[in-house]
Parts: sequence; structure tokens; C-alpha cells
Amino acid sequence: MDFREIKRIVELMDQHGLSVFKLEQGETKLELKKGGDLDVKAIQNWMSSAPAPQYAPAYAQVPAPAGGAPAAAAVEAGLPTNVKEVTSPMVGTFYTASSPDSEPFVKVGTKVNADSTVCIIEAMKVMNEIKSEISGEIVELLVENGTAVQYGEPLFRVKTA
Amino acid sequence: MFKNILVANRGEIALRVIRAAKELGVRTTAVYSEADVDSMHVHLADDAICIGPAKSADSYLNMQAILSAAEIANVDAIHPGYGFLSENPRFAELCESCNVKFIGPSARVIALMGDKNQARATATKYGVPVTPGSEGIVETEAEALKVAEQIGYPVMIKATAGGGGRGMRPALNKASFVTAFHAARTEAQACFGCPDVYIERLVQNPHHVEFQIVADSHGNVKELGERDCSMQRRNQKIIEETPSPLLTSGLRQRMAEASESLVRNIGYENCGTIEYLVDDQENFYFMEMNTRIQVEHPITEEVRGCDLIKEQIRIASGEPLSDHVVYSQPRGHSIECRINAEDPYNNFAPSPGKINLFYAPGGRGVRVDTHVYSGYEVPPNYDSMIAKLIVTGATREIAIARMLRSLREFVIGGIKTTIPFQVSILENSAFRNGDYNIGWVETFLASHPSPPELPYFMRED
Repeated sequence: MDFREIKRIVELMDQHGLSVFKLEQGETKLELKKGGDLDVKAIQNWMSSAPAPQYAPAYAQVPAPAGGAPAAAAVEAGLPTNVKEVTSPMVGTFYTASSPDSEPFVKVGTKVNADSTVCIIEAMKVMNEIKSEISGEIVELLVENGTAVQYGEPLFRVKTA
Repeated sequence: MFKNILVANRGEIALRVIRAAKELGVRTTAVYSEADVDSMHVHLADDAICIGPAKSADSYLNMQAILSAAEIANVDAIHPGYGFLSENPRFAELCESCNVKFIGPSARVIALMGDKNQARATATKYGVPVTPGSEGIVETEAEALKVAEQIGYPVMIKATAGGGGRGMRPALNKASFVTAFHAARTEAQACFGCPDVYIERLVQNPHHVEFQIVADSHGNVKELGERDCSMQRRNQKIIEETPSPLLTSGLRQRMAEASESLVRNIGYENCGTIEYLVDDQENFYFMEMNTRIQVEHPITEEVRGCDLIKEQIRIASGEPLSDHVVYSQPRGHSIECRINAEDPYNNFAPSPGKINLFYAPGGRGVRVDTHVYSGYEVPPNYDSMIAKLIVTGATREIAIARMLRSLREFVIGGIKTTIPFQVSILENSAFRNGDYNIGWVETFLASHPSPPELPYFMRED
């Protein structure tokens, strides 16, 4: 679940006049509530108007933001100390395998070392093999095949030791 | 008109471009480094993509990352701002091959005027005066000495791949020439990767006066008047004004005609600026051409009643020059102060950090172009300019009074800024009499001016 998807859900909630949205997908839990503590509409309006200083710190806590994404999400944070994230070293399109017909490089449970290729990121027609840089076992895939990723975006979670 | 513009820059100019695009109804995509995650341009763009770590080479100068972002965001144009990749012909070329419109002139023209030595030759070819100088690159010490004798001392040795006031060494006489020649070559190699230098006569007490031009893809060219940028410290502009207190109407006319003619002849498109040195005898000399929008463009906008960034976007999308630009007449006087996060009383040491209180001046004829806000953390990784204060008045006296009033009102708490120093320049009789040149700031600094009296809320605790 990335912030573009969350932003899209908020837009849909607005369009259809929904006030609560809950989603449980594997280990991801998402709950969005309109009104109450955080006014989604107000945040969206602020995003497109003059800066209000008191909101700036709230925005700063959001990791790898896509501008315009509201801070209304209650997404899980805080990983156990033995779980590290493999993040994207470049901007491009993420692919789990070297071609549409191939097996993915890794799955949940695959053991990797620092040199293992975990995915492809395509940038300007060049297919770049991305190395894990972390030794351990893949415990979570964070990005869907074919999605655009930015620099620093978390791609996989790896359990070390 | 474009559907989505990617802004390949940061800070106040990125914000400036986003504002212009919004007014034109065009979607905006910001790119940013990890150090700029909280920058205002990231907040206000429709989409924002992180392209790399703080280091410029890996982010704002990273062509692959920027073009990759352009691809995934599906943009149809890129505005390069100023600095960074804005005068990089390879980047302009890459945009073209990726079918993304580079908002600026063509790669060919950027390359033509980007080589400073070749630009001199081009200017000469089209009848624009240049300082007496070498015919091209000067390779050897022996050749250089001969050329310097011919030109006449004092001379300036300049890197052909240089720019922005860097990679230049003066030689006042024959005795100091050889050392200066080799030092210039070494510095040029280190800064620009190319040791080639050319030699020019050093103009005494020069004034830096530049002309704004704008041209569309239909053959229309318009010059939009001059800006006097002689207030410089170490070749970096700190105060600019228009019109120039130095120019007579005859000199202005000659310079305007030379500028327009050069632009037509080289097939220039979009906004550009031609920089000249002017001496005290009304002689003007071509120095260089900047094939991009300049930092100080707002003062031209204010006296001409136009929006140069919107015009850039319109021209790039194929529209002809706007009527209000073509028929514009200058009105009033405008001054800009570049506010830097630096301590002017500690050798201009950079002063990054958190701005705990930000109050911008306002009122008639006051414009503030800035990306900072209360609570913003000024990162240490980029240049120190954090705001531009632009004031406009019916006359130069009114503009000066308004600038002083505004500077004194401006509160940027938590970091040091150049504001007190700019107050003391504006109060100085030399500025008020319009009696200053490129060397003035250094002379003023050498006299160790003390900080001016400031309102209580601006003083240090």
C-alpha cells in the first residue's frame, strides 16, 4: 500500500460521501475516518493553498511522501529490530522478475545475501538489477509488479538473523 | 498547452514555476532530494517524486533520475529553472529524445552560447561589441603573454567552460601575468573539467548591466529592458535594480538594439539574458549570455507588468508572444534584494538551521518570492539564498524607501541572514546616488561597516 493508493482512497471517500473506510490486507491495516480528529477535506484544501505552519511538522513525519497525499492514514509503523527494509536506489518502474514469463527473483521466505538480485527497476528503458544489500530472509513484498517507485521507497522487508 | 510539467529544480524557483503552471491550469510534478522532503515546492506540486539523496550530483543534477521521474509521471514538459541543468545542452538533448519539451532554447543554442569563448566570437560576428581580447583559446604561456601585450593590461584570464562569476583571474600587469595564467588554468580544470582559457581586457570600474530578451517560435523577438546588477560580492549578485541609474537613453537604445539583433541572428527561442560590462565612458561590452531564466527576473516583471515564467511555458508550448509583453512599456522602478542564510558580520559564513519565526513584509509594491516558512529547516546542502524581496515604486527614491521599510519589517528568526547588510547598503549615499560599480561591495566591506540599528524583534536574544 503506498501513498498514491491511500490518496486515491481518500478521493473516493470524498466523492462518495463516505466517512469511514477500513481495510485489512495481510499484515497491513488501514483505517481512515472523516471528521473527528483530522479533517481530510481541510488537509486536502491546505495542500493546494497557502502554507499553514502548524501542519508542516505533521507532514514531515510521513515517510517518502508523494506530494498531495494526506497524513490521515493510521498505517502501521515501527519494525522489529531484526527486520530491515530494502529501499529503491533509483526512480523507475519496479518489476519482480526479469521478464513477464520468468519466475520472480524472490518470494516471501526466499533467503538472500547482500549480492542477491531482488528485483528489476527500469529507468529510461534500461533494466537495472537491484541487489538486496541485506542478508536474511524476505518477509514481505511491499510494492506490486509494474508500479512506479521513487528514490528511497521501501521495496522489501528482510528478516536478518 | 502542456498537461503536466516537471520542475527540475528546488527552492524558490521551483515554487515560482509551480505557481505559474497552476495559473495556466497545468498539472505540476516536483522532484526532490531527501533533504528537501519538507520544501514548499514539494507540498504545493500536484505530484512529487523523490529522486535521490541530498547531494546535488545524485539528485538535482542526476539526468537519469529526473528523466525517469518524467517518464513515470507522464509529463510532457520540463522546466529546468536556473542553475543545475538549465544550461546543460546534453540534458536539453535528452529531453528531446524522450519526447519531453525542454522549456528553454534548443540544445544547439545552449551549446553555442554556453561556451563562453565561442559566445564572444558569435557576438562579434553579429556586431555586438566585446572587450578587446584573444581570438580564441590561448594554449601556451608564450602565446598568452603576446596576446596580453596586444590587448593591453590590465587583463582578465577566463575559463571558457566557466560561468556564474567563477574560473576567472585578473592580471594587472606583465609581472603578475604568468602566475595568474597558470592559476586560472588549474582552477578551470578543477571546477569545470577543462583548463582552456581565453583573455580579455579588464574593464576598469565596470558596471554589470544585463538585458532581458524573449523570443517565440514564430520569429518574434522583444527586449524587455535592462537590470543593473553591479552590487556583487565575490561575483555573486546581492542587489539588482531596473532601470539602471547609469544608463542614458542613448546608451540604452544601443544596447537594446544589439541584444535584440544577436538574439534574432542566433535563432534564439524562449527567455534569455545578455550580460554586459559598461564602463564610465558609455562603452558597453558583451560578457556572456544566459540561456535560461535568471534569479532577478522579478524586477523586470514588475516594471513591465508581465509574468516571464508563464511566458516561457506559453512559448515552449508553441504560442506566440503575449500582446501585453509585445506592447509593454516600462513603468516605475524596481529593486530586488537576495536574502541569503549567511552571517554578513562573520565573513558571510553559511547559516543553515531551523527558522523559528518567519514574518514577510507586505503592503503596496512589495513582493516576496520564497520557499521558506516558520518551522522550515534550511538544509546545508545547497546555495544559501532563501528569499527574494522585490519592491517597486513610481520612482527610484520611492523604491529605495520602500525597500528599507520592507527589509526592516522582514523577520527570519533562528538563522542569520544578509538583511542587516542590505539595509546598510541601501542607506549608503553611494547607492542612493546610483554611484556604484562591481567593486563597490568589496570596498564597503573592507571598511568594516557595523550592523545597522534594527527594530527590537529583529535583534539577537
